[in-house]
This record gives sequence, structure tokens and C-alpha cells, in this order.
Amino acid sequence: MKTIEEINQIREAKRKELDLRVNTGLDSREKHILVCRGTGCTSSKSPKIIEELRRIIEEKNIPNVRVIQTGCFGLCSKGPIVIVRPEETFYSHVKVEDCEAIVDAVANGTKVDRLLAKDIDGSVVERLNDLTFYKKQKRIALQNCGVIDPEEIDEYIAFDGYKALSKVLTEMTPDSVIEEISNSGLRGRGGAGFPMGKKWAFVKMAQGDQKYVVCNADEGDPGAFMDRSILEGDPHCILEAMTIAGFSVGANQGYIYVRAEYPIAVQRLKIAINQAREYGLLGENILGTDFSFDIDIRLGAGAFVCGEETALLESIEGKRGQPRIKPPYPANVGLYGKPTLINNVETYANVTKIILNGAEWYASIGTETSKGTKVFALGGNVVNVGLVEVPMGTTLREIVFDIGGGIPNGRQFKAAQTGGPSGGCIPAEHLDTPIDYESLAKIGSMMGSGGLIVMDDSKCMVDIAKFYLDFTVSESCGKCTPCRIGTKRMHEILTKICEGNGTIEDVEKLDVLANGIKKTAICGLGQSAPNPVLSTLKYFRDEYVEHVSEQKCRAGSCKALANIVIDPEKCKGCGLCKRNCPVNAITGEIKQPHVIDQSICIKCGTCVDKCPFKAISK
Amino acid sequence: MESNCGNCAALKVQEETLKILENYPREKDKLVAILNDVQERFGYVPQQAQEEISKYLNVPMAEIYGVITFYSRFTLKPKGKYNISVCMGTACFVKGSQAILDRVKDRLKIEKAGDVTADGKFSYDDVRCVGACGLAPVFMINDEVYGNATVKMLDEAIDKYSKESEE
Repeated sequence: MKTIEEINQIREAKRKELDLRVNTGLDSREKHILVCRGTGCTSSKSPKIIEELRRIIEEKNIPNVRVIQTGCFGLCSKGPIVIVRPEETFYSHVKVEDCEAIVDAVANGTKVDRLLAKDIDGSVVERLNDLTFYKKQKRIALQNCGVIDPEEIDEYIAFDGYKALSKVLTEMTPDSVIEEISNSGLRGRGGAGFPMGKKWAFVKMAQGDQKYVVCNADEGDPGAFMDRSILEGDPHCILEAMTIAGFSVGANQGYIYVRAEYPIAVQRLKIAINQAREYGLLGENILGTDFSFDIDIRLGAGAFVCGEETALLESIEGKRGQPRIKPPYPANVGLYGKPTLINNVETYANVTKIILNGAEWYASIGTETSKGTKVFALGGNVVNVGLVEVPMGTTLREIVFDIGGGIPNGRQFKAAQTGGPSGGCIPAEHLDTPIDYESLAKIGSMMGSGGLIVMDDSKCMVDIAKFYLDFTVSESCGKCTPCRIGTKRMHEILTKICEGNGTIEDVEKLDVLANGIKKTAICGLGQSAPNPVLSTLKYFRDEYVEHVSEQKCRAGSCKALANIVIDPEKCKGCGLCKRNCPVNAITGEIKQPHVIDQSICIKCGTCVDKCPFKAISK
Repeated sequence: MESNCGNCAALKVQEETLKILENYPREKDKLVAILNDVQERFGYVPQQAQEEISKYLNVPMAEIYGVITFYSRFTLKPKGKYNISVCMGTACFVKGSQAILDRVKDRLKIEKAGDVTADGKFSYDDVRCVGACGLAPVFMINDEVYGNATVKMLDEAIDKYSKESEE
């Protein structure tokens, strides 16, 4: 149990020690080797790298060098990433065998040239912030990710951790906190964008002897990993924000509902909760005040619909996660029937910064109606796959081409998908749309939680729509008929079209069904489930028509309509396709044009990607 | 669970389940949490375990079955010795994971996710995002992640494990 004074002392001492983490170019005898332990880099063996670095340092008895695990640096496609501070040297694609060279370089004050990251234009980059990827970004929610060790509460405290909570408990009232949040213009980052100040005020006003604060960390949108990265890289900032929320709305118990599929995030949350309890930052009489608040973890079990707030509450109560009819809203009748505040992870991640820097500062970032920044998980057919945080109002073009580095393999941009299964596909003509809640809704998509998938011209938009519907069909909770049966019928029609059996009436039926489901499903997920179909019908209708009237899939991804052929004019007979074909469907003599046996070909497309002469097409 | 004696296996499940239940109060809202532990322990939710939970929480078997089948993490059948999870998140899908999934079905000759090959060696499932989007497309064999995956890589892995388990 610590007092505010003691926490301040920890902060001061630790901050000095960690100055080299943020102060690039600092003349420091001590060096910190930071290794990403987010899910992406962990999958490519970063824990082994940490182990090996530590082993070598000990073996060679090198003083003043520490190896630290951190959360995600953001540039996942260059992982595993190792950064040496204070120089900010950025090493990409590091392997266990490279550890010795890195340690030697750190000890000698040099760099390992062959491991330095390359920028989009191929130039070698010595420092993290010189990478084009980081230039247009502004990190608020991700401020500590990649800077601190998420399993060390003192490191969080060093970077102004629990300072906002101290301020709230000693200098502010519940109303003044809510006013600050309200003035900042912060809106819900889970997708719908509800104004936070209002939501908090509703829960505060609600009558009830018991209230709850819930964090929605059931990030179910496939290809989205914003919330997971925040939990993995900076778990304490969520605990602190929830405690502040509890103080403001009058709750003394919080729950974090997190996917069981996020083992690293769950583990770090558990550690963080224990550390916070030990320091008296959770529990009875926090920081010696008369405010008490505690947080428990509830694990999800893999149901997309549990990201919907009322379904999530049902799941915490141990039931099937089916949405409730609204109203009443959770602010009045929530968890166990009590008034409940539910926000998602990224929303909470902004709270402490607003309290510390002021509502005015926050409101100065972003657009008229959408304030602050937004984190996106940038993925798909883009050079720089990773986690990006940009001010609201940044255009899609800036994200995809400047930060993302454009489309790889000489392909063309076709569409960007935001909002996951609830969002839509945005075509090239809208690339200059500034990212905010209203603009995205206007062009038939939505902000969503932050998944941003880029698709190149080899993707069939009918097939993409079918992919999303396949997801919706298997994740529909079954409670209401429009979603349960309507999405199934849509999926059947899309399958029929992709198999070359569709008619023009089918395309029209899709339109009718989609609009019907949108109007009649009971929860937000059901109502938005037709969006992938509606947006592709709007922007790529000609592709649907081609499928039904000409039995043609221009992208070549609908197998029933595709034939992979080798152009004998372009084929040089190098044999690369033959060697890589998994089913031995390709024959041909060396230096002679090769041929694909269509009866054996499984249309996997490996040969298309492998051919150095672009002689194979779908 | 390698035992040949059916009764002994059932007793073992009962014993282990009771151990898990000790950590929880007899409150209905703990059902999902208990099932998570049971799934983790056995790799599926055995019938015997369901019966124990039903008695402990005073929740009907039908309701427990309803909850198990609602959540994709819970399964009613054990997986194969090598479970192949193909990521079908959007990032992997646009990078060609469908071809990998098709190949898995083709190689293992099983149609449905969750089914096991006759020899018990392999099973597969299609999962929604394993979180390694930077490595897309991705598949996993048990806990090992295969990034930037190709059909060929999958074939080699299946070949390797087929041989290994014959020994």
C-alpha cells in the first residue's frame, strides 16, 4: 500500500533511470535493448531472442546493458524487431543467430549494418523515427507501447502512470471529471462513436446501490489487433482509466471481458492487477482516500457477437452471449441488472491523457466532429503491415500509401475495408476521404474498431463479400430471424454467383435482403452485417454482373470460373513453377514453354506468384 | 486419457473436474469460466465433466450444452494429436489462406472443422485471427506458428508429422 507521495518518489527515481527510452541521442553509458513481445513478434520467436541476448551479455560479462521486453512497436511486418536505446537503432527480422552480433555492436558502440531496417524506398534507416512508417503517426493511446516493460508497474509509473488517478482523487470531483471527458470530444472507439461524456453522465445519473464499470476487450473483428496490442503493451493504462471511470460514475467494481484467445494480454492483465493491488492502486481506500475500486478479468470463449455490449453482459453472467433488446440501455439496466458503464479498450486508453493534458489539448487534435487519434490495424495487401495511430482526419490515401508504403508486388490498389464484418469496402475514388466517423459512414463503411484491410486488384469483390457473410453466418447468435436466416440466404446467393450459377435476379435479391436485414435485425451487429454486400454492390456492381452474365471473375479468384494458364510466349521454361507446384500439375522441358494440366490443378495460385516472368495468369 | 479402461478414464475426468470446481463458488454466472478451465485441461468438454458441472451449479444439462455449442472455443470432441489451425482472419484471407485451408481438407481427407482423421493423428479448424497479421497467411500446428505460409510449407509439415507419429 503506497501513498501518493511514495508513488511520486518512485516516478521521479524511475523516470531518470528510463530517460534513455524516450530521449534519443542522450549521452548515456547505459544501453537498453528493447525486444517486442507482442503476439506478432512472439510468434516469430522473440522470447528466444530475449533469452539469447541475456545469455550472451552474461557470458561476456558486459556491463550497463539491459534487455527489456516491450509491447508492439507497430511495424509487425518487419518483426521480430529489436531496438537499441538511446540511439533508437532499429533492427528488423532479427533471428536468434543475430544476437551475438547485436550484443557485440552495443558493447562497442557500433551497429550491425546488415540488420538495419530498410525503408519503403529501399534506403537503410538507422533510427526508428526516420522510418516513413512513423512520420505521419501520433501516438496517444499507444504512447507507452514499445517503450515500457508492460510487466513492470514502476516503468508505467515513470511515464506519468497513475498521475491522472492521483489528480482525480485529490483535486477533482466526479462531475468535473465527466465535464473534462465531455469537453475533450472523446467518442467511443468500439465502432459506433457514442460521445463518452454523455455515456459517463448517464451512468452517474442512473439510480442504483451498485454500479459496474466494464471494459470490452472482446476484439472479435478478424484482422484487428488494436485492443490486444494496448493490453499487451500498456495494461496499467486501462486499469487506471477504469478506476477513474469508477470514481466518476460511482462504481466500485470493474470487469475486463477479454478474449481467451489472447493469452499474452490476459497474462499481462493479471500481473498488472496484482501489482496495482499491491501498491494500493486497486482495492480498498485507493491511495489513502476513501474511494475503493477493484477489477476482475472475465474470459470470453470465442463468440464474435459478445463484442456487442449487451451480449457481452450476458456472457459475463455465464450465459449464451445473445444481445438484449434495447432500451433499456446498460447505463440503466446493465450487468446483473445494475447501471453499467461499458467502453472498449482504446477508449479507456485515451482517458488518462485527457485528464493530464486537458480537454482543450485533446480537442485540438482531429476534425470538427471526431477528436483525437484512431488506432488502426493495417493489414492485407500493403507493404507495411502493422499497428498505426493517426490523428482523425488523416486520409485513407495517407494511411495506405504514405504510412503503409502502398501495394506490394507491383499490383494496383482496389479497395480498403474498414469496420470488419460490419463495415464496407472503400474503392480508389474515395481514397482522399478524411477518416472520421461521419465521412466513413457517408461512403457506406464505418469506423468500426479499427481493422483496415487493403486489397489489391487480384481480389474478387464478390468473393470478399461472400467471405464476410460466411463469417456472419457462423457468428450469428440466432436470436433474431433477419440475421439468423437472412444472412444465410445471402450467403447462399453469393455462393451461387461465385460458382457461376447466379442470375441477374440474384443480384437484385441481394439488394432487397440486405436492406431488409439492416432495418429489422435487433442488434448492431445484425444491422450492420449486410454492409460488406451493400458496399460492394454499390462500388463494384459490374463485377457481380460479370459473374452472372459472362461467367467471368476478372480477379481470377472464383475457382469455378478460373483457369490458370501459362502464356507460351512469355514462358522461358525456367521450371520454377513446376518445382513449386504442390500437386505436380505442371509439365515441360527446361527452356521450353510449360503447361498446366487443368484436371490436376487445384488453383492455389502458387505458380502465379512464383513466376519471375509474369507468364502465368488466372 | 490414454487408458484403455473406459471406466477409469471417466473417473479421472470426474476427479479432475471436481478439482477445477473447487476454485469456484456455486454461482451460475461462473459457468463460462468453468468451461474455459475444463476445455483448457482436457482439450474438449467431456460428457462426464458436463454432468459434474451440472450437479455443482444446479444448472440443467441442456443449458450447459447450449452454452458449450454457442462458443466456438468449447468443443465436444477431442482434437487430433496434431491440430492444424488455419487462420481465416481477413488479413490472412486476402493473402491466400483459402488455398491453404482447401489443401488441409484435401490432404487430411476430412471435410468438417473439428473432425479427426481415422488414426487420430490430425484434426483441423479454421480460426478467426491468431493475431500474427504481419506474417499473413498463417497456420498453426498445435502451438507452433507457420508464418508467410504456402501450400508447400503445409505439405512439408504434414509429411513431417505423418512420419514422426508412425515411429
